[in-house]
Amino acid sequence: MTEPISVTALNQYVKGLLDRDRLLSQVLVRSEISNYKVYPSGHHYFTLKDAESSVRCVMFRREAARLRFRPENGMKVVVSGRVTVFPRDGAYQLYCNQMVPDGVGELAFAFEQLKNRLHREGLFDPARKKPLPAFPDTIALVTSPAGAAVRDMIRILGARWPLAKVLVIPVRVQGVEAPEEICQALDLVNAADMADLIITGRGGGSMEDLWAFNEEEVARAICRSRIPVISAVGHEPDVTIADFAADVRASTPSNGAELAVPHQQDLRDRLAHLSVRLEQGMERELRHRRERLDRLKTSPFLQSPLRTIQEKRLLLDYQQQRLVRGMATCLSGYQQTVGRLAASLEALSPFKVLGRGYAITKKQDGVVVSAIRQVKVGDTLSVQVSDGTITCTATGKEKHRWRKKS
Amino acid sequence: MAEKKLTFEQSMSRLEEIVAQLERGDHPLEDSLSLYEEGAKLMKQCVTMLDRAEQKVRKLQLDENGTLTETVFVPEGE
Repeated sequence: MTEPISVTALNQYVKGLLDRDRLLSQVLVRSEISNYKVYPSGHHYFTLKDAESSVRCVMFRREAARLRFRPENGMKVVVSGRVTVFPRDGAYQLYCNQMVPDGVGELAFAFEQLKNRLHREGLFDPARKKPLPAFPDTIALVTSPAGAAVRDMIRILGARWPLAKVLVIPVRVQGVEAPEEICQALDLVNAADMADLIITGRGGGSMEDLWAFNEEEVARAICRSRIPVISAVGHEPDVTIADFAADVRASTPSNGAELAVPHQQDLRDRLAHLSVRLEQGMERELRHRRERLDRLKTSPFLQSPLRTIQEKRLLLDYQQQRLVRGMATCLSGYQQTVGRLAASLEALSPFKVLGRGYAITKKQDGVVVSAIRQVKVGDTLSVQVSDGTITCTATGKEKHRWRKKS
Repeated sequence: MAEKKLTFEQSMSRLEEIVAQLERGDHPLEDSLSLYEEGAKLMKQCVTMLDRAEQKVRKLQLDENGTLTETVFVPEGE
């Protein structure tokens, strides 16, 4: 090494040394993250440090995409990777291909982290939960078309509520493609509006097996579903992020089917009860009317409807008699009065006295003669007696002293 | 209402309404009778719906052309 060499050559030389080193090609480092940055390229850059030292690290997009948690500054992690030189800076870097939280399992850590994050975001807010339809018409099962879970769900749905149509949307429920398939299926059912309830889930398995239901995108797809979602993942103790995101959490797929629909027996019981009430209600209606009718039947009018008429008739007769009697009384009164008046009239009649020898003397013009001064000697007078008239001539007049005044 | 076929849920809630009305007992007899008739009919419909129900299980998938197809579902791995 007597000849001077270029920086590039130097860096290349060192890089060659490091790259050939077996230990450096796969190291495990436990440390704390600082200065964590995600570049638009998708690569992650950060520094690992302890009290005295630090080292620059990079995690390329491909590896970073496999991270199940979000690395944050201050987080204790164990990373694995290889050490090499970045020739441009002449600095060595740790190229990470894996990173796990230190102390806890990666999955458990990622689970808690995502749960807390989505919780803070309000995705699990009880106010967001949609009520399940009481009588679902079509139930979409977003699950694996194989295995006990789908069969159990179909069997239980059929036994409880055969009225509901079951629509299976087959998806993979574990593996890399699972989350996306589940999301697409959820979105598809919503877009096509083909169900009024969705159950998504799978049978039991390891935490790794159930992991698709702990993925953020699945949680978000559940949350954005307009159709209510029941999550039914694994066995009783298994809790997934999907459970928090769903409108209802079922402990198992079978439990999901039970929560989804009413039991027809309950409804048959309810119908039987309603039937009894309907019959009783109608009977009571009829009984009330019958009783009212019975009460009416005992009313005096309906008992002998003619009696009232007879009573009226009697009253009428009585009034008629009174009328006749009154009229008769009235008439006889008049008769008496008339008789009395006639008698008086007769008594006063001048003709009455003619029978006793009195006469009515009239002049030719019909004027009654009551005094001698009315008559001149020679006047023709007619003298009316009781049975006729005598025509005579006045031959003389003589005044009587006693008839001075009359 | 008579023409349109009611869902089970609609029939059930109408039935409950009818029973409640009948139990209140403040209708003319003609109305009570027609309520009763409607109720009895709905009752029969509901029970028939339950008796005749046969579970339909279909598979929904997007085919290569992106169209939705519905086929009879047969569980895999039988």
